[in-house]
Amino acid sequence: MNAFHTTARATAWALLTTLGAGAALADQRLLPAQSEISFVSKQMGVPVEGSFKKFDAQIAFDPAKPQTGKIAFTIDIASITLGSPEPDAELPKAPWFNTAKFPQATFQSNSIKGLGGGKFEVLGKLTIKGNTQDAAIPVTLVQTGANTTASGVLTIKRLAFKIGENEWADTSMVADDVQVKFKLALSGVSKF
Amino acid sequence: MNTASASHRYHGFAIALHWVLALGLVGLFFMGHYMADLPFSPQRLKLYNWHKWAGVTILGLSAIRLTWRLVHRPPALPQAVTLGMPSWQMQAYHATHIAMYALFFAVPLLGWAYSSAAGFPIVLFGVLPLPDFVAASKPLAEMIKPWHALSANGLAALVVLHVAAAVKHQMVDRDGLMDRMRPGRP
Repeated sequence: MNAFHTTARATAWALLTTLGAGAALADQRLLPAQSEISFVSKQMGVPVEGSFKKFDAQIAFDPAKPQTGKIAFTIDIASITLGSPEPDAELPKAPWFNTAKFPQATFQSNSIKGLGGGKFEVLGKLTIKGNTQDAAIPVTLVQTGANTTASGVLTIKRLAFKIGENEWADTSMVADDVQVKFKLALSGVSKF
Repeated sequence: MNTASASHRYHGFAIALHWVLALGLVGLFFMGHYMADLPFSPQRLKLYNWHKWAGVTILGLSAIRLTWRLVHRPPALPQAVTLGMPSWQMQAYHATHIAMYALFFAVPLLGWAYSSAAGFPIVLFGVLPLPDFVAASKPLAEMIKPWHALSANGLAALVVLHVAAAVKHQMVDRDGLMDRMRPGRP
């Protein structure tokens, strides 16, 4: 036990000192309580809004050197809600998200491009329901006090991820395009 | 053409609106009761939207109908009919029509309000977004929901009464009252 602690501490210390300037990045965290991920899908032309309540991110990002940054994002799909019990009971089922088999959606960045003015483009792989697609996510960073807010809108094609199968694949009922909106509060991102 | 009988008939436009709305209202009434019990499915989603589009159409046609009714006096009841009606029947006749007109508006407006409150704005025929005249709110939606059904059931009861009265005039009194609203040439 003691030996473990000592080793762990030594390792952590070694990591911190090795990383040097990188130590500042080790502290970057997503603040879930101040963050939100919502989406809008269209049912026969009617916009229907939903959201995910549980998600997390691992971030190592320096706005001054975006190309060296890395972002890994996970969403707990079972935390999805459209705000009413009926669809909420259906969405975890196999035709929609099959959360029993695919409990999480993930995004893993490959590269981050700075576009200037606090805008970035994050390229990476988005995996939902076991299907992986390339995604280019536009992100705008805004400094809010000690924290940083990253926000953006991304339109995905639900059928590319097999969200809504069989009778629900009909895009005249539920449109293929789903708009995903995110607003993420991050701590520890250096000012820019 | 017999001018005396023609003046006793409703205008062709009023007759058309009466029958179109009669079919629409009866159809939507049964559709509403049927779809409410369906399980979550594309079929249910489709019926709900069609119900809303048809309901808004009925609301619009009812507005046209009421305007027409206010601008064009309906033909007076034939003397043969009025003479045979006790005053309570006359009052019931007016009250039923006023209540039906009120419900032509109340039922669809309550449905629209319910849809808005439930967070599903109406997009007419899938293309024209209609304004929400109440805010999206779960408790408000739950409060409005039974009133849409109650008002529709109330209108259905009045329709039954209306039809029963018409049939009574036709079959029992044999006073030819129904000719006034009969489609086709007088």
